[in-house]
Amino acid sequence: MDSPATYLHSGFILISWPNLLVIIGMLVLFAVALVVPFPHGGDHDDVGNS
Amino acid sequence: MSETAKSAPTGASAASPSSNPSRSWTLRVRQAIDSHLPMDHLLPDRQPYYIGSWVYVFGVVTIAALVWVIVSGVVLSFFGPQWWHDSSVGRFFNSLHFWSVQLFFIFMVLHLWGQYFMAGWRQGRAATWMIGVVIFGISILTAFTGYLSQQNFASQFVALNAKDAMNGAGIGAFFNVLNFGQMYGLHVMLLPIGVTFLVVAHIVMVRARGVVKPIDAEGSARP
Repeated sequence: MDSPATYLHSGFILISWPNLLVIIGMLVLFAVALVVPFPHGGDHDDVGNS
Repeated sequence: MSETAKSAPTGASAASPSSNPSRSWTLRVRQAIDSHLPMDHLLPDRQPYYIGSWVYVFGVVTIAALVWVIVSGVVLSFFGPQWWHDSSVGRFFNSLHFWSVQLFFIFMVLHLWGQYFMAGWRQGRAATWMIGVVIFGISILTAFTGYLSQQNFASQFVALNAKDAMNGAGIGAFFNVLNFGQMYGLHVMLLPIGVTFLVVAHIVMVRARGVVKPIDAEGSARP
């Protein structure tokens, strides 16, 4: 874990693989959160207080 | 002694300012809280239908991660650097603190993405959005001072390289990244207080106004 990370270098893009994997994981998680139905989502009432 | 007792306010006279609302700041504060933050907003038992989405979970996961960051940080500050480097339990809490921070930032950015794409600053929520931005900035500063407080080779490497940037920015004289005591004090005291206070303000403001409606649910997207 203390060894230097390997880097992806393509043109002007220079990023370590761990950082790239975290960013990809965040994008996947965000997309999943948009499409996966929320459990008991239909039980909520429209009581918006805005 | 008797004169003092005579001049001291009795129970009735001490309560008299409350009978005049214009002179009682406690009454004014209580009325302001009652009108702006009623308990059914602060602790609601029902939510609007559009809350039923995983996107709204990112914010509360960020808060959960922050709780773990604070709890593990309190333990680390109690026992000190030698403990968190030399003992297995200390290394466990050090790792707990580190990975909780990673989750805190990951879910804070996911929360930011969600609020950005739903334009969470609409309908009088600009201050809530801006406080979130300030929390993000202070959190980065807190994480930076945390890296500098690790007391290992990585922290020395970061400090030695960062000092040139601080000097170049003109703030090296009063923000000395090579000064462990200053960085540690900022990391465990001032900056966490700032983050915690602003997070509480952020949550209270969200609860006071409720979660912003989706753009297509409000009919017309007001700026």
